[in-house]
Amino acid sequence: MRKPLSTHYSSTTENVMLKFDRVSKRYPETGDVLRNISFHLQHGEMAFLTGHSGAGKSTLLKLIAVIERSSRGQILLDGHNLNHAKDRQIPYLRRKIGLIFQDYKLLQDRTVFDNVALPLLIAGYGRHEVSRRVRASLDKVGLLGKERKYPLALSGGEQQRVGIARAVVNKPPMILADEPTGNLDPELSAEIMHLFEQFQQVGVTVLIASHDISLISQMNYRVLKLDHGQLVAS
Amino acid sequence: MKGRKNTASFPNILAMIFRSLYGEREKRMPARHQRHHPKNKKTAQTRPDGPQTRVSGGDFSDKLHAYFDLHAHALFSSLGRLVDSPYTSIMTITVLAIAISLASGFYIVVANLQQLAGNLEASNQISLFLRDDISDANARKFAASIKRNPSVQEVKLITKSEAMEEFQTYSGFGEAVKSLGKNPLPNVVQVLPENALEDRQELENLLNTFKQAFEVDFAQMDMDWVRRLQSFMELARRAGILLSLLLGVAVLFVTGNTIRLELHNRREEVVIAKLVGATNSFIQRPFLYSGFWIGFFSGVAAWFIVAVMMLILKRPIEELSGLYEGDFHLLFLSYSETLVLLFISSLLGVLGSWAVLSYQLQQLKPE
Ligand SMILES: Nc1ncnc2c1ncn2[C@@H]1O[C@H](COP(=O)(O)OP(=O)(O)O)[C@@H](O)[C@H]1O
Ligand SMILES: [Mg+2]
Repeated sequence: MRKPLSTHYSSTTENVMLKFDRVSKRYPETGDVLRNISFHLQHGEMAFLTGHSGAGKSTLLKLIAVIERSSRGQILLDGHNLNHAKDRQIPYLRRKIGLIFQDYKLLQDRTVFDNVALPLLIAGYGRHEVSRRVRASLDKVGLLGKERKYPLALSGGEQQRVGIARAVVNKPPMILADEPTGNLDPELSAEIMHLFEQFQQVGVTVLIASHDISLISQMNYRVLKLDHGQLVAS
Repeated sequence: MKGRKNTASFPNILAMIFRSLYGEREKRMPARHQRHHPKNKKTAQTRPDGPQTRVSGGDFSDKLHAYFDLHAHALFSSLGRLVDSPYTSIMTITVLAIAISLASGFYIVVANLQQLAGNLEASNQISLFLRDDISDANARKFAASIKRNPSVQEVKLITKSEAMEEFQTYSGFGEAVKSLGKNPLPNVVQVLPENALEDRQELENLLNTFKQAFEVDFAQMDMDWVRRLQSFMELARRAGILLSLLLGVAVLFVTGNTIRLELHNRREEVVIAKLVGATNSFIQRPFLYSGFWIGFFSGVAAWFIVAVMMLILKRPIEELSGLYEGDFHLLFLSYSETLVLLFISSLLGVLGSWAVLSYQLQQLKPE
């Protein structure tokens, strides 16, 4: 059922989780949104992606999740060249990435359990495995016992934890978070960031887009800075 | 031993089936997990799992169960959604049922007419109207002489008085005719040619022989209007096929549009599923089942509409066939035709949804 993805390993990128090689993204309406971006992330590395609003942070993350395609340049995700990925391969590539959003993107008419279980159902896990993993995942984010609740009955911080539990339930090698703390107060934000650190410590590659400079500066991680679509520091 | 009967009661059987499906697996599972992941509990509580495990999990039978679970879930949750919005569902299904019942009703009417026409064909015959001055006795003699012709299978004489009697019984003009004082009807000899006489030329020859007989005023072959009826039936049959095709297309479009609306209403869910790695077939599945249910229920409703239609038409049609003394039974959809009806309606539902989904999901981008 699952087709093998075409792999493209080069000897120098053996330990590289993500590699951008002179990547540009042009929208017909707005022109070049990303220009000549090159960087790479090692397996298990954690980094922040920062820059002013409209700098192109979300667009960069969308390229990694193949929500958009690059206009020029190569992107390698865990050895797979995303330029060569066929449409029907995209779902399997996305299962390598846990996506986290500012607005959580939870299904309001489903329980916490069902929300977190979704990626597992999609990947075809049996119900016992689903139940076990959902619990483990909720346990990690400190929400064990809230399986039967609906998202609207939870606080913003808790909803984002559900989003994180959903992102990691499939044990993806990489986590992408787009302004994960944008709707949270500083204290909750720090807790969420601490969660990401925990994932990084067990080998998950983490890339967090955020323009919250004070939060980023409190933590000692690599910072990729975008300015009008160009990488000005990394 | 009588008390044991209880164990086989319906709820007990259900419970047994349920237990065999789920209960025992439930019991079995923890042991297996301990064997496979001895440290699992501890790790899960103390720190998050790393990415060591590739994207696969559970054993094969668990996955197979998962696959059937997904289908069963999609099947019943799509049914649930139909029930959740009863007005929309009922309106859609009614429209579709009317379209389907028009097509299948037309089919049934044509089938019945064909049966009627078939009976008429069996009596396709030559009528000889005898001259007014031929007495009943001579008419009988004439009929007997025709009977000796080898090309003739059967001969029936309807005398003036028999014809009058029949006319009075069925026409309702009995009194009016009586007041004429004189029976205006001729003696008629009905000749059924040998079955072998399929050849039109031979029939014409036979007809001409009769025409030349002294007793015959004029002869008429009933074939002609049977022919006309047959070509009319052919026309009706073809019209029926065209009508069914058009209505089938209508059903496709209506289901397609219903599914498009449902997709629109559940857009957020679809987008999220795509973002967490759902394939198009995973996303399509519940919608295809919705299409199936819509088609299936429309087929069932159409069957009932046709049934009611036929019940209403039953008496007049049977009276009509009684007049012809035909060996006629009102036809209704047979079991196999009913199955075909349900199959085609369900198939149209699925196809209509599939066409819309393959287009819409291609268009739909996350965010
Ligand atoms: N789908 C799109 N079509 C056209 N322009 C877009 C699209 N998405 C984003 N943009 C433009 O790209 C630029 C960068 O957007 P974005 O990546 O969302 O920035 P950020 O996340 O850093 O605030 C903006 O100027 C925005 O208008
Ligand atoms: Mg953004």
